Amino acid sequence: MQHGRLLRKLLLLTLGMFAFAFALVPLYDVFCDVTGLNGKPSMKVAEQSEAIIDSRQVEVSFTTHSQGHAPFKVDAAQHFVSVQPGKLTDVKFIAKNISDSDRILQAIPSVSPGKAAKYLHKMACFCFDQQPMKGKEEVEFVLRFYVDTELPDDVEELTLSYTLFDITERVSQTQNVQLGQLVALKEF
Amino acid sequence: MSAIVEEHSNHGTPKGLQRWLFTTNHKDIGTLYLLFSLTMFLIGGAMAMVIRAELFQPGLQLVDPHFFNQMTTVHGLIMVFGAVMPAFTGLANWMIPMMIGAPDMALPRMNNWSFWILPFAFAILLMSLFLEGGGPAFGWTFYAPLSTTYSNDNTAFFVFSVHIMGISSIMGAINVIVTIVNLRAPGMTWMKLPLFVWTWLITAFLLIAVMPVLAGAVTMVLTDKFFGTSFFDAAGGGDPVMFQHIFWFFGHPEVYIMILPAFGIISTIVPTFSRKKLFGYASMVYATASIALLSFVVWAHHMFTTGMPLAGELFFMYATMLISVPTGVKVFNWVATMWRGAISFEVPMLFSIAFIVLFTIGGFSGLMLAITPADFQYHDTYFVVAHFHYVLVTGAVFSIMAAAYYWLPKWTGNMFDIKLAKLHFWLSLVSVNVLFFPMHFVGLAGMPRRIPDYALQFADFNAIISIGGFAFGLSQLLFVAVVYKCAKGGEQVPGKVWDGAEGLEWEVPSPAPYHTFSTPPEVK
Ligand code: HEM
Ligand SMILES: [Cu+2]
Repeated sequence: MQHGRLLRKLLLLTLGMFAFAFALVPLYDVFCDVTGLNGKPSMKVAEQSEAIIDSRQVEVSFTTHSQGHAPFKVDAAQHFVSVQPGKLTDVKFIAKNISDSDRILQAIPSVSPGKAAKYLHKMACFCFDQQPMKGKEEVEFVLRFYVDTELPDDVEELTLSYTLFDITERVSQTQNVQLGQLVALKEF
Repeated sequence: MSAIVEEHSNHGTPKGLQRWLFTTNHKDIGTLYLLFSLTMFLIGGAMAMVIRAELFQPGLQLVDPHFFNQMTTVHGLIMVFGAVMPAFTGLANWMIPMMIGAPDMALPRMNNWSFWILPFAFAILLMSLFLEGGGPAFGWTFYAPLSTTYSNDNTAFFVFSVHIMGISSIMGAINVIVTIVNLRAPGMTWMKLPLFVWTWLITAFLLIAVMPVLAGAVTMVLTDKFFGTSFFDAAGGGDPVMFQHIFWFFGHPEVYIMILPAFGIISTIVPTFSRKKLFGYASMVYATASIALLSFVVWAHHMFTTGMPLAGELFFMYATMLISVPTGVKVFNWVATMWRGAISFEVPMLFSIAFIVLFTIGGFSGLMLAITPADFQYHDTYFVVAHFHYVLVTGAVFSIMAAAYYWLPKWTGNMFDIKLAKLHFWLSLVSVNVLFFPMHFVGLAGMPRRIPDYALQFADFNAIISIGGFAFGLSQLLFVAVVYKCAKGGEQVPGKVWDGAEGLEWEVPSPAPYHTFSTPPEVK
């Protein structure tokens, strides 16, 4: 058939573009990582810094807000700290489940200005894990972080903001685990 | 090749429903597409009437907000995927083989399938409106998380129907490309192709490039909603803004899918009634191609307010403005074609001239929206609604009307009722402007789109808009009447219906016989 070859090429192109739609997902992340456009910091445990710059101070502030009706209140013990690039700093966060039922908290960090995101390294963060909390429970989290020594000079202050999501339904849906078990596991 | 066609023509045409169900004839399928599109135009139009009735007065009176949202959503989906796109595919089916001297579309069986899955897609979509909880209510742009976290379970039907629509348009596009590449009559070289054929070829490539991306986007919505993925859910590591990037990567080329064939139609009709050759044929071809290419790098002008960095805002602002250059070339060429022509104002020409003027107004409001800082003010207001209705209604839809009036005598062998058609034109022209022009003003004054209620100061304008809307809606019934009468009978027309017309389709008798160009014509 004379049309066969062209037809095959066009079908291939169609499939290719369908795959491209899904390839856009990692591409988007890579693009944002490289350019730091969307202010997403890394969700992995960072290595400790080798150097500290004594002569520079960067102001880091913290904010949190609940997404929709997520029943959590999380507050940093200090709303901002002044740090030297490379130096480890601990900040306490008081978190409370203000509902009566057991809920799972997931905090998603974001850094502003966006281009500073990849220079903020976290060695410990409650955002690394899902945090099951009993009704009315109050817990203390510690964030351990440092600012990269390579942080561009024009960034004098940055803000680390956490959005708090209630992922209870999502978790029980996808993993089929009982929330009670998760909470018990944590106490253990 | 011609042997196959002859054998085909011998078996006689089956009668009744079977003829339409199993037909592989490009003219039958073209007719089916056009009638389907007209039906969808009326259904989508009825939804617009509901919207305008609710907005006639401030306050909530006729429908509840959730139903209002379903109306705006399904109106948009139906008009884009059910009315405008199938109308162009219908015209392509009817006209492309006749314009390039081919006996039929290259892949006739696939052609039958691409049409017949469409009614199912729209039946599913419309049915979901009647289910408990209602149909899609998140806007035709189905932004996540509206379509994921905050939608009801009937969203699965929406996704399924968009998948089918997508498959249908992709098959249609593949057919168009294979036909144009392989079945041109001897001597029909690339730079002799009629512009309608050129613009459709480029549109078909756009369709193949972006419809699969739309399919990907709805698939991600489906899995996010039902299967626990988190493409667009920040809590699971995804990003809702990414939805908008993927959607508009499809969405912007999509708006050009709805306008490039219109450019082809206008470029065909204007020379006929100006009795001159089209001014700047080659520049039209290149302008179309450059519009298509540029349309892939402007998508984020729909996202200026999502918090893009300055470099992004500037890039997308300038890229968007750049597109208006080739668009301007086209408008210039149409006007230059009419310049010192022996113009006569037959109905297709009236619609074409209205297209040129009113589409240009839509282009200008587009330019205003392209200015990033200004868009912060205009975004999601009625100004945007005014913009895209000028380019889509007085643009795409008017071009389809022009095409229908231009080729209807060729299809039926009868001249339409010219008086009635002129009445249809003038009523449409006046009412469409009463309908959409004041939207610019309420938009600039800050009236948001997609909201069933509004502040009191917008009341007078909205009443005028609604009256324009009802008048425009009712006027379209005249079009139905004209088409019906013309199909039933009327003054016989010769093969060459319009004396200034050029092209192979005018060399066959009217009505066009069931099989044309079984032996390819020689093009000199
Ligand atoms: C000179 C050419 C054009 C320019 C500069 C332009 C620019 C824009 C911009 C900046 C927006 C986004 C406005 C906002 O949401 O704040 C927009 C929206 C839109 N444009 Fe255009 N446009 C042009 C031509 C067209 C054409 C030819 C079509 C279709 C045939 C079209 C259809 C649309 C649609 C449907 C929307 C709204 C989508 C939605 O949010 O639902 N535009 N245009
Ligand atoms: Cu656009």
